[in-house]
Amino acid sequence: MARAFFRRRKSCPFSGKDAPKIDYKDVRLLQGFISERGKIVPSRITAVSSKKQRELAKAIKRSRHLGLLPYIVK
Amino acid sequence: MPLYEHVFLARQDLAQAQVDALAENASKIITDNGGKIAKTENWGLRSIAYRIAKNRKAHYVALDIDAPAPAIAELERQSNINEDIIRFLTIRVDEHEAGPSAMMRRGDKERERRSDRDDRPSFRAREEEVE
Repeated sequence: MARAFFRRRKSCPFSGKDAPKIDYKDVRLLQGFISERGKIVPSRITAVSSKKQRELAKAIKRSRHLGLLPYIVK
Repeated sequence: MPLYEHVFLARQDLAQAQVDALAENASKIITDNGGKIAKTENWGLRSIAYRIAKNRKAHYVALDIDAPAPAIAELERQSNINEDIIRFLTIRVDEHEAGPSAMMRRGDKERERRSDRDDRPSFRAREEEVE
């Protein structure tokens, strides 16, 4: 990288038009926001806005309850 | 009447006919209590991410419901008693999804997702970038 401190402003993957809808049934989408261990990835890494991150966390937790996503991966 | 989504997991050793009977039974509870079933979706036998009541797999059934609250309470009460139902989730939604849910359109979405992922760094790579 030419400029060490330059960082492109990342935009939220759930904002803008034709953004995916956060849904506890959409396992494939949610899987992109959990780590290999099954933990929810912090928004500072995924650039999800805080409003959408709350929504996302809820969806992941619902999904886990139904056994669609793991609580932990050992 | 408020709208709900109800998903339940049936034990893995049930036959498909028995699962259909459970879904039928749930629909009956709702209609008897003055509600309507907008849609019934069968996700089939899926493997669960972790063991639930010694099951590694479960039959998933999703119902879109338009019913008064007491009907939902009754459905949940009976689901708790029924040993063939190992888990369920009922949530209130503002509107029902038109067409099949995300679970059912997995097959056709798979290909388009793959194609736009190639040039994007993984989470690990992005994590290092931030630090």
